[in-house]
Amino acid sequence: MKKLINAVDDVVREQLEGMASAHSDLLKVHFDPNYVYRADAPVAGKVAIISGGGSGHEPMHGGFVGMGMLHAACPGEVFTSPTPDQMYEAAKAVDSGAGVLFIVKNYTGDVLNFETAAELAFADGIRVQNILIDDDVAVKDSLYTAGRRGVGTTVLVEKIVGAAAEAGYSLDACADLCRRVNQYGRSMGMALTSCTVPAAGKPTFELGDAEMEIGIGIHGEPGQKRMPMSTADEIAEMMALEILDDPAYSRTVREWDNDAGSWVDKFLVDEPFQAGDQVIAFVNSMGGTPVSELYAIYRKLAQVCADKGVTIVRNLIGPYITSLEMQGCSITLLKADAEILKLWDAPVNTPGLRWGI
Amino acid sequence: MSVTRDQIVQWLENLAAVLSENKEYLTQLDSAIGDADHGINMTRGFNKVMEKLPGVADKDIGNILKTTGMTLISSVGGASGPLYGTFFMRSGMAVGAKETLNREDLYELLKAGVDGIVQRGRPVLADKTMYDAWAPALEALRSALDAGMETLPALSQAVAAAETGMKNTIPLQARKGRASYLGERSIGHQDPGATSSYLMLKSLLDTLQPA
Repeated sequence: MKKLINAVDDVVREQLEGMASAHSDLLKVHFDPNYVYRADAPVAGKVAIISGGGSGHEPMHGGFVGMGMLHAACPGEVFTSPTPDQMYEAAKAVDSGAGVLFIVKNYTGDVLNFETAAELAFADGIRVQNILIDDDVAVKDSLYTAGRRGVGTTVLVEKIVGAAAEAGYSLDACADLCRRVNQYGRSMGMALTSCTVPAAGKPTFELGDAEMEIGIGIHGEPGQKRMPMSTADEIAEMMALEILDDPAYSRTVREWDNDAGSWVDKFLVDEPFQAGDQVIAFVNSMGGTPVSELYAIYRKLAQVCADKGVTIVRNLIGPYITSLEMQGCSITLLKADAEILKLWDAPVNTPGLRWGI
Repeated sequence: MSVTRDQIVQWLENLAAVLSENKEYLTQLDSAIGDADHGINMTRGFNKVMEKLPGVADKDIGNILKTTGMTLISSVGGASGPLYGTFFMRSGMAVGAKETLNREDLYELLKAGVDGIVQRGRPVLADKTMYDAWAPALEALRSALDAGMETLPALSQAVAAAETGMKNTIPLQARKGRASYLGERSIGHQDPGATSSYLMLKSLLDTLQPA
């Protein structure tokens, strides 16, 4: 293992100290428990948006803390979900009284820890909503798995819902929007190499020089299938078609009911893309793939979308939700209506995303 | 025989040592079908428990177990943090202010803990999770107690059932957690959570058994 680290046990802490030092105008970092929060939090009258997850996906989530996006982010150990005390303390720190929305990527660990935190926050008198992001089309069924994982759509959701909170949406309106954006988004990822978790010291899986792993998540976990290495065009087309041809997806999710003070099951169906849809296209690097290669992927993606009658109206290209130093990429397409586009275009000022200011 | 508070403390200490000895093994099981951190996370959590334990070792058993649960919840992360954390929180609530446990109390301790795991994670049998070790273990313990067996032989039957349950996860296809994404590729690997659960119960038996 060759990495720019000092000691394996200090990786997350030192990274957070660096962030605090680099971006003191935008954010602060609280230690024990660890959370990154907006320098001006709590923001009076505004719903607080909180996300979190394992470290190793930077800039997500800490890099998205700031005006127009997240109010707080809770980083766990590398690829390990944060613990409930982090989200609970972050909620107390950034809640203005308007309530707190937890944006939770659908991984069993994240779900269980956020659910525990939501119960703690509610018991403390904080109104809380807990919305899952589950957009990874590599996972086909929800009946025999833990359901689709939360991947690329998370970045777009955090931008859009963050703008909504900034615009003064209520907690319930933010939650409804968050659920809807998640249902409009689909993603697919692939890896050319594995990655090495510092504490493990060796790559999570082995991938031969002539192989690629299709349908990976964002934790260096093995994917849907292994295939012989191919060209950028073939890879982009395969991923784009997996997304564009993905049929309706249904599952039951648990959300928090503030009136009942308990969890309720909701049955959700995501409708497939259709000719005539306008989309935001997001081509993401897993960390080790250069931006130049992402443009090669985008080039083919745009052709495939055009062939399907789907219009790309905005795009985002770069490393935003990464898996340490893994080479590979993911594609996310998000159906965008006028409200979503307006919120997408709204000003944002965070270390990871900045425009309109 | 009854189980004393000191034996519960001893169990937690032994368990911390056992998990630490099995850190590589659990992580290796997890790297086959998960994200290669189960041993690392459990060891980090129980090291924290060891730091907290001296402060509560003279309190009642419920207090000791609840402190263990809160510590695990706030230090383990992953799915195992809230699951094992809830296990110890609920088992602590079930035994309350007791300072010794008879065999029915011991059953209640484990039953309440496993109920907590079920409520948090919603597993069913054969999902390839820790519940596949706990469910048969509890059932074996119940039958043994109903048949009038003493604590140690009854617990020893429970440990045997947990071991079988753990091994029975090998041919299963995972339906919960990160392993479920592998589909058929999860077949042929022993579940790391079922393994740490077996170690937990085994270490309880080893603690109570006279050397």
